[in-house]
Amino acid sequence: MQSALSISFSQTSLPLANRPLCSSNAAPSTTPRNLRFCGLRREAFGFSPSKQLTSCRFQIQSRRIEVSAAASSSAGNGAPSKSFDYDLIIIGAGVGGHGAALHAVEKGLKTAIIEGDVVGGTCVNRGCVPSKALLAVSGRMRELQNEHHMKAFGLQVSAAGYDRQGVADHASNLATKIRNNLTNSMKALGVDILTGFGAVLGPQKVKYGDNIITGKDIIIATGSVPFVPKGIEVDGKTVITSDHALKLESVPDWIAIVGSGYIGLEFSDVYTALGSEVTFIEALDQLMPGFDPEISKLAQRVLINPRKIDYHTGVFASKITPAKDGKPVMIELIDAKTKEPKDTLEVDAALIATGRAPFTNGLGLENINVVTQRGFIPVDERMRVIDGNGKLVPHLYCIGDANGKMMLAHAASAQGISVVEQVTGRDHVLNHHSIPAACFTHPEISMVGLTEPQAKEKAEKEGFKVSIAKTSFKANTKALAENEGEGLAKMIYRPDNGEILGVHIFGLHAADLIHEASNAIALGTRIQDIKLAVHAHPTLSEVVDELFKAAKVDSPASVTAQSVKVAV
Amino acid sequence: MAVSSSSFLSTASLTNSKSNISFASSVSPSLRSVVFRSTTPATSHRRSMTVRSKIREIFMPALSSTMTEGKIVSWIKTEGEKLAKGESVVVVESDKADMDVETFYDGYLAAIVVGEGETAPVGAAIGLLAETEAEIEEAKSKAASKSSSSVAEAVVPSPPPVTSSPAPAIAQPAPVTAVSDGPRKTVATPYAKKLAKQHKVDIESVAGTGPFGRITASDVETAAGIAPSKSSIAPPPPPPPPVTAKATTTNLPPLLPDSSIVPFTAMQSAVSKNMIESLSVPTFRVGYPVNTDALDALYEKVKPKGVTMTALLAKAAGMALAQHPVVNASCKDGKSFSYNSSINIAVAVAINGGLITPVLQDADKLDLYLLSQKWKELVGKARSKQLQPHEYNSGTFTLSNLGMFGVDRFDAILPPGQGAIMAVGASKPTVVADKDGFFSVKNTMLVNVTADHRIVYGADLAAFLQTFAKIIENPDSLTL
Repeated sequence: MQSALSISFSQTSLPLANRPLCSSNAAPSTTPRNLRFCGLRREAFGFSPSKQLTSCRFQIQSRRIEVSAAASSSAGNGAPSKSFDYDLIIIGAGVGGHGAALHAVEKGLKTAIIEGDVVGGTCVNRGCVPSKALLAVSGRMRELQNEHHMKAFGLQVSAAGYDRQGVADHASNLATKIRNNLTNSMKALGVDILTGFGAVLGPQKVKYGDNIITGKDIIIATGSVPFVPKGIEVDGKTVITSDHALKLESVPDWIAIVGSGYIGLEFSDVYTALGSEVTFIEALDQLMPGFDPEISKLAQRVLINPRKIDYHTGVFASKITPAKDGKPVMIELIDAKTKEPKDTLEVDAALIATGRAPFTNGLGLENINVVTQRGFIPVDERMRVIDGNGKLVPHLYCIGDANGKMMLAHAASAQGISVVEQVTGRDHVLNHHSIPAACFTHPEISMVGLTEPQAKEKAEKEGFKVSIAKTSFKANTKALAENEGEGLAKMIYRPDNGEILGVHIFGLHAADLIHEASNAIALGTRIQDIKLAVHAHPTLSEVVDELFKAAKVDSPASVTAQSVKVAV
Repeated sequence: MAVSSSSFLSTASLTNSKSNISFASSVSPSLRSVVFRSTTPATSHRRSMTVRSKIREIFMPALSSTMTEGKIVSWIKTEGEKLAKGESVVVVESDKADMDVETFYDGYLAAIVVGEGETAPVGAAIGLLAETEAEIEEAKSKAASKSSSSVAEAVVPSPPPVTSSPAPAIAQPAPVTAVSDGPRKTVATPYAKKLAKQHKVDIESVAGTGPFGRITASDVETAAGIAPSKSSIAPPPPPPPPVTAKATTTNLPPLLPDSSIVPFTAMQSAVSKNMIESLSVPTFRVGYPVNTDALDALYEKVKPKGVTMTALLAKAAGMALAQHPVVNASCKDGKSFSYNSSINIAVAVAINGGLITPVLQDADKLDLYLLSQKWKELVGKARSKQLQPHEYNSGTFTLSNLGMFGVDRFDAILPPGQGAIMAVGASKPTVVADKDGFFSVKNTMLVNVTADHRIVYGADLAAFLQTFAKIIENPDSLTL
C-alpha cells in the first residue's frame, strides 16, 4: 500500500499513457473531467484490451483500464489517509455503489464497499437486468405471434410457443452473469468487498457485522425495496412483487397489476406476450402518470388498448387477499378520492408495482441525528446528508434510491461519481434534468428533462417561450423497413436560445435514441449547433435528427460548431 | 398528435340538401418526409336545416375506416372566434389517433354543440359555423335547441309504464356496491370484455365457463358465433369444477340425486352452437354401396409408405368433387351458389371430449403421399391443440368415417357453411349378385352423403357418388 505509487498513477501515468496513442487534436488533458467516462463503464473488464481496435478513443479507454488495473494490482486501491482505514466506504454494492467505487479507485482512493446481500443490488438481481431478459423474450414472442406483422415481411411462422422455465432461466442466468462481471470488476481494481450489513456508528465510523472501520468519507447507497401498501398481503405465489415476478415461477391466466408506472408497464408487456390477460389498477385518473401526457396517450393506444388489458383508474386496491381455500385472488377497490368501496376483482394473481420504498432501516442514522423523510435520507444537491437540524453531516453522502431524488440505477451511479469528484477536490453538481429514463416495453418509451406541462409551467414562471418539435417514426426509413412505424418523438425547447428542455420518444429502440438528447442537455449543446451534426442514413437516430432540424430557433449557430463543421 | 389534419365542414343550406364533403389531409410541418394529399368523396349527409342564412354545421369526421364515433379532445377555437379557411378548429380523438380538424370556410365559430371530452357519432354536428358575425346569435339559438333537445333525450329515458304502486322517488343505486354473498356479479377477463364490445355481445348474457365461473374470451367467441381462435399459448387451465346446478327455471325434469352438471368446454359449446344452426338448412341424404376390393388391395400396397385410409378417402372424394363442383359449393345467403375455388376436405376427428375437423387443403391436387404426411401433421397438432384457425375452419366438404368401429352406415349432420358431408361406414364382406345373377362375396362399404338441397339436388349427389364409387373401385388414379 505505498502511497507514492498510487499517486503517480493518478497524477502522471495517465496523461503519459494518453500521449503516444492519440493524434494532436485530442491532446492529453490533465483535467480530471477527462477521466470520468471510464467510471460509468459497468463491465470494464468484459472489454478485452488485447482486441484489435481501430478507433483512437477506444484505444485510450482500454489502455487506461489496463493501466489502472496494473496500478491497483501492485498498489492495492490507493493508500488511506493516515488516520483512517479507508478513504471511502460505500455502504451497498448496487449499481450506485459500484459506479462510485470504480470511479473512486480511478481517482486513487482506497475504497471499501459493504454488502449485506448480493453484489449488484436491485438493478442487477431483482430489477432492470432480469426484467430486460424477460422483455427480450416477450418482444420476440410478440413479433412471432403477430401473423400480420410476419406476413408483411413475407415470413411464415407456425405457432410460436415458449417454455416457462427456459424463459425464467434466461433471466436468472443473465443476472448471475452481470453480478459476476460487477464483482470481478471491483475485485480486479482492488476494491475491498466487505460482507455484512453496514451501519453508521458515528462520524466517519462504520460497522459491518462485528467489525468497525473508519473512513474519511462515507457514501450510503443502500437502495430500495418494493413498496407494498397496507392492506395487501403478499404471499409470493399469487400476490407478488417485482422480486417474485422476475423469477417467473408461473404465468397466470389473469393477473392484476397494481400501478401503471415503469415497472407495471414492463410487466404487462411480458405477461401479455406470454399469454396472460392483465388488469391495471391505477390510483391516479390516468394510466402511465409521470410520462409526458401526449406520449402516455399514444402509448396507451399501442401498449394497452389493442392488448388483452383492461384497467381501473382513480382507485386504490385497499385489500388484496392471496388465492386460498379454492378461492381466487380477491382485490377490493375503493375510490381514490372518496374512499368509497367501488368494486371487487377476482383474478388469478396480483403484481404489486406501486413503486419502491427506501431501504434505510438499521443504518444507525440516529447515531448521527439524521431523520428520514418517509424513509428517504435527506440530502442537498451535492448528495450531502442533512441532519435533523437542517445541518450538513460532514463526510457523509447518500446516493441512489435511498435519497429518492431520482430512483434510477444510472442516476445512482452518476450521483456516486459526482460525490467522488467532490471528495477528490473537484466541486460537482449533477444535473438531474440531463438523466434519461426509459421503459422497455415494445416499443420502448424514453425521456429526458421536462414534460410539456412542466416546461410550460416553468416558462410561465420565468417568462420565456416554449416551442415543441415533433416527428413520427412513420417518417423514418429504418423504422419502416422494420415495419415499426408506430411512434412519436417530441422535443420541448426554447426558441429564443435553442436550449433543449425535454425530449420524449415512443417508438422502436427509443431507449437507445434518447442519449443524443440527454448528452446535449448535459453538455449544454444548443439545437442550432447539434442540428448541423450528421447522422448515418438510414438509421433510427434520424428520428432525433429530425427533431433538431424541425426546431425553429432564433439564435444562429455558435462559432465553435461552425468551426467544427469546417474542420470536418 | 397532429399526424394529419382533415377538413370536414359541409354546407347545409336550404337550397342544397346534398352537401359535398371533402377530405383533405395534409401533414403538419414536423412530419416532413411523408407528404400526401387526398380528396376522398365521402358519403353524402342529408341534413335539412330550417335556417335561412348560411350557417354551416361542423361534422364529426370519419378519421379512419373503422371509426364510428369520435371524442372531442379540445376545441382550439372558442365560441365567437373568427376562423380562416384552413385553420385548425378542433382536435378529435378517433380509435387510432388525435387529429386536428380544420375548416374549409372563413367565418365564425358560432356555437359548440359537443363539448370537450364528449363523444359524438361520425357525421353528427359537433359545432356550428356562421358566415357573418350577425348570424352568430341565430346559430347559437339553433345550437341551444339542438343540444337541449339532445340533452332532454339523453336524460329522460323512455318513461316507465305508469304503475299503480308508488315507485320510490330516489333513483336506484347500482347494485354492485355491496360486497355481499348475494348473487355473484359477472366476472369477465379483460380480453373477454374487449371481444364482447367488438362483437357487440352483451357480456351479462354470456355464460362463464372459465375458472371460478368467469367469462373467458372463448365464451364470448362462442356466444358471438365465431370459431374460437387458436388455443391460448398458456398451458390449458385446469378443468372447471362441476358447477352446482343453478336454480334456473326451466321445464326440464329435476336431476336425479347425485347427478352432476358439467358445463361445456369452449369446443363443446362451439359444437352445440353449430349443431343448432344446422337445423336451419334443408338437407337430404343419398346412400351408395361401394366395392372396396381394389381399394383394399391398393391400401395394403401403399400402407408401408405411410399412406392412411383417411388420405385415400379424402383423395378420392377430392377427385370426385373436382368433377362435381356443385357438391363442393355452399349456400351462404340463401340466394346464390358459392363455388369454392379449392377443394378442402375437412375430416372429423374425435378428440378427448370434443370434435374437431382438421382440413386437408387442395385434396384433389396434392398427391397421396403428401396428403398422408399432411394428415399426420394435422392430427398431431389437433392433439396438442395447436391447430391454427385456417387449419380447421377452411373446409369445403366434410368426411366422417366411423368404419373402424364396425358401423355399417350412419347419417351425418351437415356442418353450417358447407354443401355436403360424407359419412363412411365399415367395409364388410357382402354377398352381391352381379347383372348376370351370379353371387359373389365382395367387400362393400356404404357411404351416405348429406347435402344442402338449396344448392345440391338429388341427381347431383347421385352423380357425384357414382363418380366417387368409380374412383374407389378403380383406385389406380389415386396414386397418380
